[in-house]
Amino acid sequence: MPGIVFFSSASGNTARFVNALGMMASRIPVSPKAVLPALPDEYVLICPTYADGEGRGAVPKQVIHFLNDPDHRRRLRGVIGGGNRNFGTTYGIAADVIAKKCSVPLLYKFELAGTLTDIARVRDGLHAFWGTECLTA
Amino acid sequence: MKDNVSARAVPRAINWNRLQDDKDLEVWNRLTVNFWLPEKVPLSNDVQSWATLTEEERTLTIRVFTGLTLLDTIQNSVGAPAMMPDCLTPHEESVLTNIAFMEAVHARSYSSIFSTLCSTREVDEAFRWSDENPHLQAKARAVLETYAPEADPLKRKIASVFLESFLFYSGFYLPMYWSSRAKLTNTADLIRLIIRDEAVHGYYIGYKFQRGMELESPERRQELKDYAFGLLFELYEIESRYTEELYDGIGLTEEVKAFLHYNANKALQNLGFEALFPPEAAEVNPAILAALSPDSENHDFFSGSGSSYVIGRAVATEDDDWDF
Repeated sequence: MPGIVFFSSASGNTARFVNALGMMASRIPVSPKAVLPALPDEYVLICPTYADGEGRGAVPKQVIHFLNDPDHRRRLRGVIGGGNRNFGTTYGIAADVIAKKCSVPLLYKFELAGTLTDIARVRDGLHAFWGTECLTA
Repeated sequence: MKDNVSARAVPRAINWNRLQDDKDLEVWNRLTVNFWLPEKVPLSNDVQSWATLTEEERTLTIRVFTGLTLLDTIQNSVGAPAMMPDCLTPHEESVLTNIAFMEAVHARSYSSIFSTLCSTREVDEAFRWSDENPHLQAKARAVLETYAPEADPLKRKIASVFLESFLFYSGFYLPMYWSSRAKLTNTADLIRLIIRDEAVHGYYIGYKFQRGMELESPERRQELKDYAFGLLFELYEIESRYTEELYDGIGLTEEVKAFLHYNANKALQNLGFEALFPPEAAEVNPAILAALSPDSENHDFFSGSGSSYVIGRAVATEDDDWDF
């Protein structure tokens, strides 16, 4: 069954966004030593951005390591990016980088933990994207 | 003076190779890479554009910038130093010294704008205005009270996040507005550098607040949350009056207020709280959003209103960690 995989650092914005979606989701651990949870056969990745002023270092190391595994990339269907418009041209750029590297569509961007509007749009959008209504956890 | 007179403890030499909190190094690196000075921005290219503004628009712009200068001055000389004794790690103290210094750079850069675009008389008049404006003084006082030595360390962080992520935005609105109309575009570039820094500051201080909250009892967490929403209401009341006084003349008050709601919600999220203003009250003019993050279209693949995943501009993918 399709699902969500996400990364969220200790500040927890992306985790709050994913939690508000109320859909099944697997979290890529912050600690490299932690065990990866079970993954859906197909998933959309939700990832925050940590770029510097030039856009470098945007994708968290843990997400890069995760995507270096060909099996993880094979199941990836799309990416949603978290960020903050206050970072200007690098707003949510990690999602642009992942979409390009993995040749998957960039589905949506939201700021910090998202607004109620973002949550409704992504929830509806994902349901339509998967062509199913049976995802709610 | 004898060596044994002072009871002051000698701090331990800071070891950046032994971190208690990885966020400290992450944010330190972010802030130091982002370092800039106002001399980097060619402000003099705005001289012609400045001349196209009406006298009322020029006065408004200078006043807005003196108001921002006051907030940066407070955060540089009082806010960031006041949080240093509360730090949980020595690395956090180092990050705060960086934050304090960058606030001084921000305050200094408004004077660079003034010396490039304005007459001494206009600037002196605006600084006098900021010294006397009751709303500006009220917001400064409200924040300063929470920075007092006897104040609660976590309440200091709440006030600090509100300053970094909310109180600046009645001012930041104006250069973004000018930029959206192709005016003062170099000044807007400088302001965007400030906005970027304040975003990291609000994020980091909010993160440290959340770490601090984890150590508190449920009752105390509730007290701090109530305090945060109470202070936000108080500051919002002041900001509304300040906004009306500044922007009524050019008819932008309602638009600026939507921007205030949007930023108040983001400030609360930095603290780990839910948004306060409903989405319809926090809908910002798309031209202002585009001025904040140029070249970053609205991405909504689901509704078909955003751009597709075909990426037109170069993105930095040359990270060594990728191995495909």
